[in-house]
Amino acid sequence: MHSEENHKQYNQPANNRLVIRKLLLLVAIMFSFGYALVPLYDVFCDITGLNGKTGDRVSLVKKPVVDLNRKVRVTFLASLNASMPWEFKPQMSYIDVHPGEPTTINYIARNTSKNPMTGQAVPSVAPGLAAAYFQKTECFCFTEQALKPGEEKVMPVTFIVDSQLPQQMNELILSYTFFTSHEKTKNLSSSQSLSLNQDHKL
Amino acid sequence: MNAVIEEHHDHDHKPSGLGRWLFSTNHKDIGSMYLWFAFTMFFVGGALALIIRAELFQPGMQIVEPEFFNQLTTLHGLIMVFGVIMPAFVGLANWQLPMMIGAPDMALPRMNNWSFWLLPAAFGLLLASLAMSIMGMGSAPNFGWTFYAPLSTTYGPDSTDYFIFSVHLMGISSVMGAINVIATIMNMRAPGMNYMKMPIFVWTWFITAYLLIAVMPVLAGAVTMMLTDRHFGTSFFNAAGGGDPVMFQHIFWFFGHPEVYIMILPAFGIISQIVPTFSRKPLFGYSSMVYATASIAFLSFIVWAHHMFTTGMPVAGELFFMYSTMLIAVPTGVKVFNWISTMWRGALTFETPMLFAVAFIFLFTMGGFTGLMLCIVPADFQYHDTYFVVAHFHYVLVTGAAFSIMAAVYYWLPKWTGNMYDETLGKWHFWLTCISANVLFFPMHFVGLAGMPRRIPDYALQFAEFNQMASVGAFVFGFSQLIFLYVVIKCVRGGQKATTEVWEGAKGLEFELPSPAPFHSYTTPPQVK
Amino acid sequence: MRAVSRPSGLACLLLASNPSYADYQLNLEPGVTSFSQGAYDIHTIVMWICVVIGIIVYGAMTYSILNHRKSNNPNPAKFDDNTTVEILWTVIPVLILLGIAVPATKVLMAMEDTSNSDMSIKVTGYQWKWHYDYVGEDVSFFSNMSTTQEQINNKEAKGEHYLLEVDNKMVIPTNKKVRFLFTSSDVIHAWWVPAFGVKKDAIPGFINESWAEVPEPGIYRGQCAELCGANHGFMPIVVEAKSEEDYLAWLDEKKAEQAAASASAEKTWTMEELMAHGETTYNTYCAACHQVGGEGLPNVFPAIKGSPVSVGDVGKHIDIVINGVAGTGMQAFGPQLNDADLAAIITYERNAWGNNTGDIVQPSDVKAAR
Repeated sequence: MHSEENHKQYNQPANNRLVIRKLLLLVAIMFSFGYALVPLYDVFCDITGLNGKTGDRVSLVKKPVVDLNRKVRVTFLASLNASMPWEFKPQMSYIDVHPGEPTTINYIARNTSKNPMTGQAVPSVAPGLAAAYFQKTECFCFTEQALKPGEEKVMPVTFIVDSQLPQQMNELILSYTFFTSHEKTKNLSSSQSLSLNQDHKL
Repeated sequence: MNAVIEEHHDHDHKPSGLGRWLFSTNHKDIGSMYLWFAFTMFFVGGALALIIRAELFQPGMQIVEPEFFNQLTTLHGLIMVFGVIMPAFVGLANWQLPMMIGAPDMALPRMNNWSFWLLPAAFGLLLASLAMSIMGMGSAPNFGWTFYAPLSTTYGPDSTDYFIFSVHLMGISSVMGAINVIATIMNMRAPGMNYMKMPIFVWTWFITAYLLIAVMPVLAGAVTMMLTDRHFGTSFFNAAGGGDPVMFQHIFWFFGHPEVYIMILPAFGIISQIVPTFSRKPLFGYSSMVYATASIAFLSFIVWAHHMFTTGMPVAGELFFMYSTMLIAVPTGVKVFNWISTMWRGALTFETPMLFAVAFIFLFTMGGFTGLMLCIVPADFQYHDTYFVVAHFHYVLVTGAAFSIMAAVYYWLPKWTGNMYDETLGKWHFWLTCISANVLFFPMHFVGLAGMPRRIPDYALQFAEFNQMASVGAFVFGFSQLIFLYVVIKCVRGGQKATTEVWEGAKGLEFELPSPAPFHSYTTPPQVK
Repeated sequence: MRAVSRPSGLACLLLASNPSYADYQLNLEPGVTSFSQGAYDIHTIVMWICVVIGIIVYGAMTYSILNHRKSNNPNPAKFDDNTTVEILWTVIPVLILLGIAVPATKVLMAMEDTSNSDMSIKVTGYQWKWHYDYVGEDVSFFSNMSTTQEQINNKEAKGEHYLLEVDNKMVIPTNKKVRFLFTSSDVIHAWWVPAFGVKKDAIPGFINESWAEVPEPGIYRGQCAELCGANHGFMPIVVEAKSEEDYLAWLDEKKAEQAAASASAEKTWTMEELMAHGETTYNTYCAACHQVGGEGLPNVFPAIKGSPVSVGDVGKHIDIVINGVAGTGMQAFGPQLNDADLAAIITYERNAWGNNTGDIVQPSDVKAAR
């Protein structure tokens, strides 16, 4: 009583295989898309200055055009991550500059611990949209900074505020956060969990 | 839609013993396993919620430590999202889709088995971390079900790695299930059932399956990035290495927002099946319902950052996501209006499935209103990360998705078991659940607006009264689910015999099969006119 | 189970003898800034639109439920579509949404302009406290919750501002545009003061901005609004707005306090002074984990009472407090507390709860150990 025709419809492993293949391809594409979001995010940030990432690459600037008709205040902030035992501060809390004019200011860092340490400074600019107009030609954030115990270092930053900066932005914040550098001092900060350690005999 | 059913052999011989379940390739058995799994996890996740609400009954810390409280909220969320709502909908898909399209089983029955058994494994791992935490051996995941970096990466406990593995297993299960659903719907519809003649529940699952395939792999990518950040020296989310914690949120919510639509589209399908039956009237605007569902699915991909308005996005971004989120209200509204129009001038009766369906329409719409309020950026600055959000998502997920699952179980149990469930007890379950759910979740709107943040184990004194109310509601709600358990078990074991049609006004190929539906049904496809 | 639960808990639950806190606040506050007012206004508009739509929709449903039952309408209608009506209820919602989008956009645009601020305060989130740094003023301090563990553990009656009080408030002048610059030193936190309508994430490695201009003197309270670990619920925010002169006077006072604190690190302290100062500082910074009685939480936070560290080698004890313990939840307090505070805490730990070592740790000892 099973009609041959009707059963033929169910003999569709071939059709199923086709669908499965296409869907698995879609799965692979979406997984790669997840990873592609990482560079896409960076591109998007570069274009829009989202999150104030100025990047730690040296900007090559040809003869900048200086706009003597306006001044922009750049305020400097210094932060330390978690238990980074350094002292870190800007030499001055702000400076007023002309857009297009290269300016050099200093930050000072001091390793107050008893061990040689290496740190990595990470810059951030606020408002986020201004980041696209903030160019650094020299920065201590481009490389890791190694300090001996007790050593103090003066670290310069040379920057230019692009003269294309929109008119309504006249105050920028440049902030650095110092982190311990993973590679050099892995024993001090672990990228492992800071879980509660039961076998630590206290 | 008429169907001509041919005589078929009684394919009712079932395998027996443990092997029947471990090695099952039968969509009905696998559907039952998914549903029982979800039901069990509902009680586990619910128990965690009761501990949370007990702690929040009064200001002060009475029962648990703050560290453990964070583990409770995390596990409660993970279990309910990945262990209850999603598996329950998959279980309903397994039971119903083949019968509704006149197919003998799912397209890939062996993969179907594996999709199910991955879940107890995944949750075994997750619950083991909780058990170990209770026994003093380290912390279970404690960073919220949304596991933002760097709390979950640099600062996550050791169990985070098991959490990651568990998420991978759940993801594989979901993706395989989704592939199965799509292959079944595309290739195994009975002759004459073209796409625009499919039952609406089939449509909503078809679209949900595509959403699953699109976004679960992105979640897999996100947790893999977490893993490599934790152990293999990458810095996706670690500013020290040039990464960005906010990028985690973008990637997570790119998955996370479609995920919440994955958890509601099947619910829409269920309501669209039940309301016409008990109105004795066809679904109003079938094609609009299909297009609305598809629009919601599409729009769900472009709204994710409405979860991130306080991260420091530029105004243009905030405006874009506000507008796109507001747009989703339109197709959702269309669906609500269509359900009401289905009821309009029908001949309504209010058996338990219809009670849950009507409650869904009322209360999900409540959640929809608060969703609209939340997407307004300047107001969201006051709502974000408060109990106002907690109220919103519990309305859409509990009085929304969970109620639709309960409705579906009551609606189809007689078809599955051959017995009518106890209608009086069903109604008791409904009224206790519905009232207690509102006592539990409605006050959360108030304390959220009054300034109570979420994910806190203790709160300032002005929030006390409403928290107390919510906790009372929680306990009544939790214990009322025992009635549901009793009703289901009682129905499985016996009851008044169900007819083929089960409900006056029921339409669909599943209601042309005997009750209980035979172990193998539609081995010969029906001809659909 | 002790790591997880509190034995006294169930008893407290059953007693339920709480005084009535009765403050059934139902709605958002309008607050004191243009942000909070803007948020409140748009919230009100949208809420009332939802109420009206709700009345219509729920009204139609209720009507249907009452009048279209099988018992009073046994012959169901047969219609299952109507294109006109479908178009109407697609277009009308779009128009309503446009009506909401316009004012919402206006309010948002006004909020986002941080230029021309009068002063800036850098706000840094820590697990689990806030740090405020007045940019250009050389005034900076930590702000810890000051609600005691005894109140939290139900051993003492709860004060009026339970969980919403701190040891050092942020103070700002009224009628000045104060810019806040947010970052974090560890995980993501969020700074939220409802009365200001300001909520912004504090993200490690990044700077976020917001601002407030407060017209009225007063005290404004808020909480951390992003899950940041165990004590996320215990890191409140208190801001006091004062008139400009009072603010400047406060600033001077703060500078004097800071000078005194560093001076106090030079002097030699007596045991009584160290124990007194140590007890309060310990209770603020250490008791959340190690408990007021020093007994810690078994398997989670080690006890200090009777522990080998607090009765053993002083140098090791100082090192742990200054540098923390890598791979555990013990933070490095060296960067967070000055020499005098650290010396007091360590001395207190070595002599309280029966530890009785008789050891005195001077601020100069701590300074030498850094």
